[in-house]
Amino acid sequence: MAARSKMILGRVAQAIPVVMGVVVISFLLTRALPGDPAAYFAGPAADEASIAEIRETLGLDKPLVQQFFYYVGDLIRGDLGTSLTTGQTVLTDLGARLPASLELTLAALLLSCAIAIPLGVLAATRPGTWVDHLCRVLVTAGVSMPTFFTGILLIYIFYYLAGLAPSPLGRLDFIYLSPPHVTGFYLIDAALAGDWETWLGALKQLVLPATTLALFTLAPIARMTRAAMLSALSSDFIRTARAAGLSDGKVLFGYAFRNALLPVVTTLGMVFSFTLGANVLVEKVFAWPGIGSYAVEALVVSDYAAVQGFVLAMALLFVALNLVIDIAYALIDPRIGLN
Amino acid sequence: MTDTSRRNFLKLTGTTMGAAMLPFLKAMPAHAQTGGTIVVVSGQTINSLDLHRTGTNRASYQVAVNCYDRLVSFGTKDAPGGGLSYDYDTIVPELAESWTISDDGLTMTFKIKSDATFWDGRKVTAADVKWSFDRAVSAGGFPTVQMKAGGLERPDQFAAADEETFVITLDRPSKLTLPDLAVPVPFIINSEVAMANATDDDPWAMEYLHMTPAGSGAFKVARWDQGQQLVYERNDAWVGGPLPSFERVIVREVPSPATRRALIERGDVQMSFNIPNKDAAELDAMDGVDVYSTPIENCIHCLCPNFNFEPFQDANVRKALAYAIPYEAIFQTAAYGRGAPMWGGEAEITDTAWPRKSPYMTDLAKAKEHMAASGFASGFEVPLSISLGLADWMEPTALLLQEAFGEIGINTQIEKIPGANWRTAALVEKRLPLHLENFGGWLNTPDYYFFWAYKNGHLFNSSNYLNEEIETLVDSTLHIPMDDPAYAPNIKRMFEIAFEDLPRIPLWQPALNVAMNDAAGYEFWFHRQLDVRPLTTATS
Amino acid sequence: MADMTASTPDTTRRKGDTTLGHIVYVLRDNPVTMLAFAMLAFFLGCAFFGPALVPYDPLATNAARALEAPSWDHWFGTDNLGRDVFSRVIVATRLDLTISVAAVALSFVIGSILGSIAGYWGGWLDAVLNRCLDTIMAFPLFVLAMGVVAALGNTVENIIYATAIINIPFYARLVRAEVNIRRHSGFAQAAKLAGNSDLRVLAVHIFPNSLPPMMVQVSLNLGWAILNAAGLSFIGLGVAPPTPEWGIMVAEGANFIVSGEWWLAVFPGLWLMLAVFTFNLLGDGLRDIVDPRKRT
Repeated sequence: MAARSKMILGRVAQAIPVVMGVVVISFLLTRALPGDPAAYFAGPAADEASIAEIRETLGLDKPLVQQFFYYVGDLIRGDLGTSLTTGQTVLTDLGARLPASLELTLAALLLSCAIAIPLGVLAATRPGTWVDHLCRVLVTAGVSMPTFFTGILLIYIFYYLAGLAPSPLGRLDFIYLSPPHVTGFYLIDAALAGDWETWLGALKQLVLPATTLALFTLAPIARMTRAAMLSALSSDFIRTARAAGLSDGKVLFGYAFRNALLPVVTTLGMVFSFTLGANVLVEKVFAWPGIGSYAVEALVVSDYAAVQGFVLAMALLFVALNLVIDIAYALIDPRIGLN
Repeated sequence: MTDTSRRNFLKLTGTTMGAAMLPFLKAMPAHAQTGGTIVVVSGQTINSLDLHRTGTNRASYQVAVNCYDRLVSFGTKDAPGGGLSYDYDTIVPELAESWTISDDGLTMTFKIKSDATFWDGRKVTAADVKWSFDRAVSAGGFPTVQMKAGGLERPDQFAAADEETFVITLDRPSKLTLPDLAVPVPFIINSEVAMANATDDDPWAMEYLHMTPAGSGAFKVARWDQGQQLVYERNDAWVGGPLPSFERVIVREVPSPATRRALIERGDVQMSFNIPNKDAAELDAMDGVDVYSTPIENCIHCLCPNFNFEPFQDANVRKALAYAIPYEAIFQTAAYGRGAPMWGGEAEITDTAWPRKSPYMTDLAKAKEHMAASGFASGFEVPLSISLGLADWMEPTALLLQEAFGEIGINTQIEKIPGANWRTAALVEKRLPLHLENFGGWLNTPDYYFFWAYKNGHLFNSSNYLNEEIETLVDSTLHIPMDDPAYAPNIKRMFEIAFEDLPRIPLWQPALNVAMNDAAGYEFWFHRQLDVRPLTTATS
Repeated sequence: MADMTASTPDTTRRKGDTTLGHIVYVLRDNPVTMLAFAMLAFFLGCAFFGPALVPYDPLATNAARALEAPSWDHWFGTDNLGRDVFSRVIVATRLDLTISVAAVALSFVIGSILGSIAGYWGGWLDAVLNRCLDTIMAFPLFVLAMGVVAALGNTVENIIYATAIINIPFYARLVRAEVNIRRHSGFAQAAKLAGNSDLRVLAVHIFPNSLPPMMVQVSLNLGWAILNAAGLSFIGLGVAPPTPEWGIMVAEGANFIVSGEWWLAVFPGLWLMLAVFTFNLLGDGLRDIVDPRKRT
């Protein structure tokens, strides 16, 4: 056990240079962005003097190296800076917006799993048949559509033409009040408050954007399920189980599926962090107040602090997620080391 | 969903009247003349509740308009293109009950309404006005620049004579001072609340007022979810004007124009502010949706050839550009006919109307003649720059220009510049050889437009244009009254020079488009932001 | 292909089991892969001959015929400037394929070199490289691409660079793993003893083994690169107008859907989807072809 905890510590240590690298690159990247935020924020009728004044208050008149050390110093104190676009600290902004993105992403993944895993199992039990091919074509079609296009198409069909979906106005229609803040996840908060009408309202808003994202994530999950199931089904213990006369259902779900689950869960972790970064476009289409749309706005106006804060938050999330997966793996599966 | 939504909705409004605007109850007669809620969607995001703060964007100016009062405001008139518009020529009281201007025009004395109170119930005093004006001229950046345009530069110009009397002392009389008091910038803040929340580092309470307005205006901010919505709640004690009809106004931010269009078309929201020209043209033709397209006063979409780029120093090249532009095609494809044409005007200038049509029109033969007569008969290459943020009208315009200029040997490459860089490149560094520009002056006089857009070194003179006569003309005209005998001749001379030299080639006067579904009372303002105060339910 | 299989020592050849024969077998066995190859041929045809065959100049505007619905004159309708959508869609094939192929080729080459070095020599080189790749991977990839394009300017080259950068780690990782497994294997040792230099052993004997799994990655990435470019266009960081490009056409057309002009977004969107679809299916097909377990 001591060796194992040492390995875990080693794995954590490996994450440190990554985070440092992210800090440096995000700093350099934002500074390389074109345009002068001072001129932009000085407003429509500003003159040279007022622009210079703003540049000074933003600390942009200092040399780059000095700016970097100020930035790192602030970071160490836990200060991510203030976003100029929203006028609030980046930490507040991210805190308010991260739950929205997480809720959307998790809902999408849940939906995606509910469809993709059965499809994958189905395909694995009948490899090479038309069912297999159809599954493959369906999930591939989903991943082949640009998400913003799928989103707009869904809005057009289900909201504009059919009138089935609620107006795509973000997380809640204007007739509801947002539930009291506990976790920031509207579904959870509303359920905690026992306010089932708001819960339903939030769920309705979630359906279209989550479907859009789910369509995009079907493929990796279904493919991995299929592959993992195939290799599980062709392994010796399944042959033994079948030979022992166990029922097909029991073999399939009791043995093969449980063994196939591990790689599927790993894939889920990858897909999750990828989706969280990729829902930038979906958030824009559905007026979803998440961190993705925040990052796009900030990037376009060269809002340094906001971009850096977003990148850092995402990177930390990614690193943490990978750590958890690796460590969980090592704890569960004794065959896997941590190097 | 009917029942559940209604219950929630009632929770929100706390009044049964609010239900009148719900989609499923739309058939109900609009019995509630006062009360109720209106939902407005807009593509812009509000980033601060304090206009004076550094970094406050244009969309946020509406908070200054709706939640704060100024001493004076502009009157109302019928707008061209339907609906109402502010009236630059009429100044009406808002917080001031009356005012006098001394004979030399240097002292302005305002008497503040004695029944005016802030939201917390405290009386509005001259000291509050002084504190607010001091703040506006000291904050730096845009508010200070805008105050300066009206000759308001230093705190020592403002004095509170007694509790209800406020005095402004000017360095020189100017026709722009009184109108400049009616723009959103000099709004009056509850100075006691503000000072209680000021710190040594932040003497003007920028941090506090950024999130928490403290005013006397028609609406309070009930709720602000940054990036999502702003909820206004009526201040029933407002004395600045007639009490607004709606008790609650929800301004919801929806970035996608397609989504906004679907919402207004289906009647799920009552108003969509600043919609694209195409939607305006199409919604206008539809039943149930009212579209107001008001040509924006003192604003022109222009093509600007930069004098720092050698070929554009040649007057013939600039004229060739002006004759080569396919004005009508651009006006139809980029503006969908919304706004006013700015080409094919009379050669002789007989009045001081502005914006006015230039004497140029599409005439390829003439364009080629001018090209042949220029020093660049064989043509040249030049990038044509547009702003990413304004691609809505700039991109189709640029594509048509590119094609037309190709005909006279000027080959252009279209360059899209992102928002942050656009201001720097076009206006601050003024380094774009050929670009589109859309300056609009808040104060509606031609000399004010010329001051910003034709005087050398001024922000919106992105063509690096310098003409000594224009410099002296603008300086001598800017502050004189419009009935001064020198005014009209000076203005006409400016027009002549501008059309001869063509540092800005006018394309069209844009319109601000607003769509309403089951609501009325929209009024256009020069600041192009939403004034929610006059809105009412549809009267049918 | 023949070369790679030849250098794989552990495949025992049976009579009639040639590489070509295997491909034919897989294709016949899998109609979807066959379809993918047919579609690839179609897109390549569009890219090579499209500009010469289209009925209209993709850049010519015609304000009088703006926003017309699909008809015999204009199969895919016209856009807001009266340009023929069909011509634009077909002509855009070349640019879109160029962007994705160039981006993937770039990341393939750089990723292979980095991965081979790290995998073969290992040690601190490997450790440093791994941390660098981790750093890139830790970025939200799409946002990194956005940042790179925003910083460098939105030209075709920069879109290619941005797409390449975010793909490098995938290739480097793959190659590193494959090379690492084989660097001490018998055939590598033998080649070394025969007097070959490290570089030669690496390039000629070890690296080719990682090509089969790489081919799958390449094919999947080609589709992903197109989507990536389309996403950049949607937020306004795509190639400069008036150049036709699928992503831009979809992004701009998206605003016209609600007003009923669906053809502006749907046709380019369909084409884009088909192209990505083709590459994705192709990846799966290639996997079947190179997967030894399929050879039974």
